[in-house]
Amino acid sequence: MALAKAPAIEPGQLRTTARSRARSQAWTWAAMGGPLVLLLVFFLVYPVGQLLLLSIYNDSGFTLAPYRQLFASAVYIDVLLITLKISLATTLVCVVVGYPIAYLISVVGKDRKATLLFWVLLSFWTSFLVRAFAWIVLLGRNGVINKLLLSLGIISSPASLLFNFGSVLVGMVNALLPLAVLTMLSVMENIDRNLPRAAATLGARPGMAFWKIYFPLSLPGVAAAGIMVFVTAIGFFIVPALLGGRRETMITQLIIDQVQQTLNWGFAGAISVLLLIVVLIVFVAYDRLLGLSTMTGAAAPRRAAPSRLAGPVQKIGDAVLTLLGMISDRIILALPSRRRDRNPEQAGLGLQAFVWTMLIIISAPTILMIPLSFGTGGLNWPPQGFTLHWYETVLHSPVWTQAFLRSLLVGLGTGGLAMLIGTPAAFLLVRSNVPGKAAWLAFILSPIVVPRMIIAVGMFYVFARMGLVGSAFGLILGHTVVAVPYVVMTMMAVLRNYDTRLDHAAQSLGARPFATLRHITFPILGAGMFSSFLFAFATSFDELTIALFATGGLNATLPKQFWDEVTLQVSPVIAAVSTCLFIFMGLLIFVAERLRRRAAAR
Amino acid sequence: MTSSSLRVKGLTKRYGDFVALAPTSLDVANGEFLTLLGPSGSGKTTLLSLIAGLAHPDEGHILVDDADVTHSPAYDRDIGVVFQNYALFPHMTVEDNIAFPLKMRKVADADLRRRTAEALETVRLPHVAKRYPRELSGGQQQRIALARCIVYRPAIILMDEPLGALDKKLRDQMQLEIKRIHRELGTTIIYVTHDQEEAMTMSDRICLMNAGAIEQLGTPEDLYFRPQSVFVADFLGESNLLSATVRQVDAQGLDIVLADQAAPSRAVGNGASFAAGEPIKLMVRPQNLHVEDAANGKLTGRLVDVMISGSMTRLYIAPERIDMPQLVAAYPTRSSAAPYEIGQLVSLDWNSADAVAIRDGRGH
Repeated sequence: MALAKAPAIEPGQLRTTARSRARSQAWTWAAMGGPLVLLLVFFLVYPVGQLLLLSIYNDSGFTLAPYRQLFASAVYIDVLLITLKISLATTLVCVVVGYPIAYLISVVGKDRKATLLFWVLLSFWTSFLVRAFAWIVLLGRNGVINKLLLSLGIISSPASLLFNFGSVLVGMVNALLPLAVLTMLSVMENIDRNLPRAAATLGARPGMAFWKIYFPLSLPGVAAAGIMVFVTAIGFFIVPALLGGRRETMITQLIIDQVQQTLNWGFAGAISVLLLIVVLIVFVAYDRLLGLSTMTGAAAPRRAAPSRLAGPVQKIGDAVLTLLGMISDRIILALPSRRRDRNPEQAGLGLQAFVWTMLIIISAPTILMIPLSFGTGGLNWPPQGFTLHWYETVLHSPVWTQAFLRSLLVGLGTGGLAMLIGTPAAFLLVRSNVPGKAAWLAFILSPIVVPRMIIAVGMFYVFARMGLVGSAFGLILGHTVVAVPYVVMTMMAVLRNYDTRLDHAAQSLGARPFATLRHITFPILGAGMFSSFLFAFATSFDELTIALFATGGLNATLPKQFWDEVTLQVSPVIAAVSTCLFIFMGLLIFVAERLRRRAAAR
Repeated sequence: MTSSSLRVKGLTKRYGDFVALAPTSLDVANGEFLTLLGPSGSGKTTLLSLIAGLAHPDEGHILVDDADVTHSPAYDRDIGVVFQNYALFPHMTVEDNIAFPLKMRKVADADLRRRTAEALETVRLPHVAKRYPRELSGGQQQRIALARCIVYRPAIILMDEPLGALDKKLRDQMQLEIKRIHRELGTTIIYVTHDQEEAMTMSDRICLMNAGAIEQLGTPEDLYFRPQSVFVADFLGESNLLSATVRQVDAQGLDIVLADQAAPSRAVGNGASFAAGEPIKLMVRPQNLHVEDAANGKLTGRLVDVMISGSMTRLYIAPERIDMPQLVAAYPTRSSAAPYEIGQLVSLDWNSADAVAIRDGRGH
């Protein structure tokens, strides 16, 4: 289109209006984004910075003593290597097992998709603690697995299945598989169904169409899932602490020991630096290879994977995919013809069986907890008798009821504060032309990237000096820091789908800005806002790392109380609490899904 | 029903260096149906948004009945808008959607209900009042958007390609419907479309826009028979444009010579003044181009293609002189017509009253 020549305007007049407009705009930006930036500066940047500084400064000034201690013996480097090994193994299994699950969810019809997704989400939202505890029971000497193997006569005496690499891996995969599935799913749902079909019309057999067309398009999801799982795994301590032996100690457990037992802040800081460096290296490598923009999963896959890979790598990759395609097609050809002729849109029985087996494996431990919590025979399988004793114990124990109320309070506070601070920031990032949007977004999402343990220790140090340790308010602030990125991301997605012409329509029909917000914008965004509130609430409700240091005794939150109990002894009381938590979360997801679907139906 | 006139003076809108609307002036009479027509990106939607108050002009003024509304917000202008995608509120029933502007104006409950029902009657959909927008077909949604707009009797109604998403049959039907409502209510309507046929059938006047400026403003007849530029001739209906030079101008028309030909012929002007020796384009509409077998026409050419598009049959002809563009002739389809053969040599002729002289160049 031709550009018309801009006519002359009076320069003076334009400059004044432009300047006053720019000034009022800057105020609006500050009011909308300021609170979030301040929160992150005071409760993320400052505490983490303090912790890192503590590793090189002590009372007598600059020192490298903590680092000397770190590298003096092989112990700490060994722990780092073990951490990396466990994290890599977890990532690999999660991606490989999660891919078919995400694929099946993305291809099946609406109703079956809802069912599959419900089980993934239920597992995703069930507390890490509950799931890890369930595996202790399941793999124990008198657990389901041992009893089953004994009754089948495969073994003659109970095998020791716990406290080894295998049990840690099972626990870690159980913990992080839902995350991997959901991340890959978000990419797969955006792949055009017509592309594999087009490949088929162009002469590609099903195997070739999958490996050469679908798989490369789904790679950004695989990469995003990989890094999300790896970074979460590397900062994990619940699973290795509960399911691992001495040889499965992970780096975050060292930090906890330093803070809780020896109060050696400098050394805790030094270990944190080590952990942070590893995470940063992973992110830089990821960025070099694939580009960080793929992290959100929404980025265009065309720009992500292929262009950044160097020529030869791409050629080898292409050759491998071609080979895989040919092999798959040979296998399909070798199958009985009845199987070959089935509708390619329909998922194979093998795939369905695999996915359901996996979903059962990740959900079963928690569900098996329910009958045990009503049994009189302790946590031994099979459950015996029926009693409500354990539930009565929980209900009559002030420690548990206090903890529940505390978690509820902190969760609601976190949800509210994160919404209040995150929503305007999301508006700003989607609707305004604020400069440096990408950098702001990276800053806002940084609480997800920095290992939770580092944030927690830094916060503990700062809270201790501010007198905020043990206070609900301090915990709400801390949880808001880690929950707010999810609120911003959810609200940004919701806002991107919001048709601003509806606002225009309302205004043209006579609605003033406030009336437009009240009658149109908020009601339509309502479901999205509520689900991001729930997300923040659930994040806080299940948060242990920050609560581990910042609470204790009568002001412990539910996860903290759970942790204290489970590290002392494994009792049926815990099973009762787990069951309550499981049902509570199940209800929450049910409500959230209903809301989401109601919003999507419009 | 109230109705107002609209006056736009020197209205300009820029986005950075891009001029979306060059200074534009326009008068719309009370009760007029004016269409803003143009290709996408021509500035018609920008002009509409500025009039509605959904975007703010860099310069110029907008007057409704001589009152300056340039800086009043959209909700104070009393200008109704029917949006391209209808913009029905998804969380409200049809009834609530239509009642929304009345609620915003604090209309009393009884009155509000009566007027909502009336608006639904006007668009002939009283039975869908309790439904949600997603439960309606595209055509029904369109009518509800219309009802929501007329219910509060705005002085001026703006419509932004309101029929763009409908199929051909429904579109024809809705065109009649909108015309009927315009007749019944007498409201001033400014209608945006890129469909020239729609513009021709519906408008009192058409404002043809191109590259952020008005190309020509006039009645459909003006634009069709007396285009002021090659762009207008090309955009409104099919046309054959031949290069020619003016020999002399008299009271009845012009003497011209087709490029590189000796024989003079006659043409009529389009209202602009021409000077002897000036290069022009000669516009002949396809239905006025006669195809003859005998070699006694003004031009000769070979038949390239024959297409029957329902009521009309089109002949595509490549002139003998290769530097001339391909020509198209059209005549009413008849089953008894003698068949043409592709590649056959034909002669082309036209009445001089149907040959319109247009100044060469695009004018901008």
